[in-house]
Amino acid sequence: MDDTRLYAGKAVEEKTYKMKENKARNRFEKLVEAVFLFCAFIAVLSVAVITLFVFARGGPFILEYGIGKFILGRQWQPLGDVFGILPMIIASIAGTFGAILVGVPIGIMTAVFLSEIAPSKIADITRPAVDLLAGIPSVVYGFFGLVVIVPLIDKWFGGGGNSLLAIIIILAVMILPTVVSISEAALRAVPREYREGSLAMGASQMQTIFKVVIPAAKSGILAAVVLGIGRAIGETMAVILVGGNTALIPDSILDRVRTMTANIAIEMGYAFGMHQDALFATGVILFIFIMGLNILLNLLTSKAGD
Amino acid sequence: MNKRKLIALGITAVLALGIFAGCAKEEPEAAPAPETEAEARLSGTVSVVGSTSVQPHAQKLADAFMAQNPDTKIDVQGVGSSAGVKAANEGAADIGMASRNLKTAEKEWGLDEHVIAYDGIAVVVNPENGVSEMDTETVTAIFKGEITNWKELGGIDKEILVVSREAGSGTRGAFEEIMDLEEKNAEGKTVSAVKADALIAEGNGAVKANVASKTYAIGYISLSYIDESVQPVSIDGVEPTVENILSESYTVARPFLMLSKGELTDVAQAYLDFVFSAEGQEIVAEKAIPVK
Repeated sequence: MDDTRLYAGKAVEEKTYKMKENKARNRFEKLVEAVFLFCAFIAVLSVAVITLFVFARGGPFILEYGIGKFILGRQWQPLGDVFGILPMIIASIAGTFGAILVGVPIGIMTAVFLSEIAPSKIADITRPAVDLLAGIPSVVYGFFGLVVIVPLIDKWFGGGGNSLLAIIIILAVMILPTVVSISEAALRAVPREYREGSLAMGASQMQTIFKVVIPAAKSGILAAVVLGIGRAIGETMAVILVGGNTALIPDSILDRVRTMTANIAIEMGYAFGMHQDALFATGVILFIFIMGLNILLNLLTSKAGD
Repeated sequence: MNKRKLIALGITAVLALGIFAGCAKEEPEAAPAPETEAEARLSGTVSVVGSTSVQPHAQKLADAFMAQNPDTKIDVQGVGSSAGVKAANEGAADIGMASRNLKTAEKEWGLDEHVIAYDGIAVVVNPENGVSEMDTETVTAIFKGEITNWKELGGIDKEILVVSREAGSGTRGAFEEIMDLEEKNAEGKTVSAVKADALIAEGNGAVKANVASKTYAIGYISLSYIDESVQPVSIDGVEPTVENILSESYTVARPFLMLSKGELTDVAQAYLDFVFSAEGQEIVAEKAIPVK
């Protein structure tokens, strides 16, 4: 009898206790939810404020100076109030395009190797190495480029070494982690049945990879490329160190160039008045590039869902 | 569990609040207190704004000054020479800083100029280059791109790589002014005449690094940055040294200016007096050429 009573007593106690806890728990749940909402709001607010600020500072300048004159102008003489950023736009596009041309094939091959071919022992070394690349600060890339790649280019091709080529080489390495990790994820997401089906039909492993697996992972790989472009076009520090920062349209890959990001970063410290507005306006153009890329990325990834 | 959640929530809240911590504005410095005793302690805030080349000197001076006068606050900001001149003129700053002479238009504003130090600008080449003497016209011609090969100067048959600074840099401004590297564009505005395909390095250190690593490069840097990694060039037969600048025989030099307009506050005047005191000039002398 005693036992039962105790048991019953305990059961009742437990029940009321649980009820209390649930109420309290709900309150906390709501509170924590509110904290999460608040944090999420900070991110949204930041994007809104930054966008607003950059456009508010740069927008009026572009309208006043003339958008055509600004984007298509070939001369950058800030102290003489001549602001043409065509050389910077071309440098940013050329540097990014070159980096994609060099980095993407290497990145995709690495991803294929990691997901399809590599024995787990080798993959276990390669994957962390690639991930580690992503963790190296860009100023270190830039410094490496300045003391290793730039002198090599100078030695082989002359002209000082600070060049579009140096930018391309550095950026190609810098986008590798992005391209590799996202492509690899896309390749791994391809159902095993595709590979089995292909191999069962008598296709070799390489035929399977190139004719079945890569096409099936196409949209994911494209997303990787777009993210790589975003990383390359936004890179600043490394590019300043190896590019030479000459505001001229390059005739060759060995010419010194100044990208849009470099233009903003090296002159912001000194600029005031119209010059500063012109740098913000450069930021606006860069912003538009990046937004375009993001829209493209969204289109690609939403396609991937199909 | 309950307790843990509470703790977690507390931490989250504290972290969230931390976001605003940076926003907290410092209490405005108390206005100079009415002088009660015979010799009241100095108190108040002075804003010193301008050249990034003068800024490190002004900051060191400010630190020493504030150590002696604990109730004062000297707020030093490096925003560039032109912005500094403007701030002094408009009263946005108590004292402006510039690392170049005032331009004609700026002279008309009626600012009081105080030369706190001089700084030489040295033309530097790679030590392996072999060239160590030039005249002013040659330097100008090289930076304009009229002389493009070292063989024109009796050197090897290699293209000259001109290294310059970013637009707005006080060093570049002073160098262009002294070396006649300015020209008028179609609209009559003064623009740089340095050849457009010059390599642009950010800061004195980067110019030095570029010249030190490239045999065919030429650049210009503040005298205080010179070391054995680069070869300073004698201009018109005069070496860029502190003595030659003091005797005014080496002319590629610029003043470090502090600018003020009208009556200064007590603290600002005291700071300026400190700059020109023996102790202040000793601080300046660490990296520049003192005036006293």
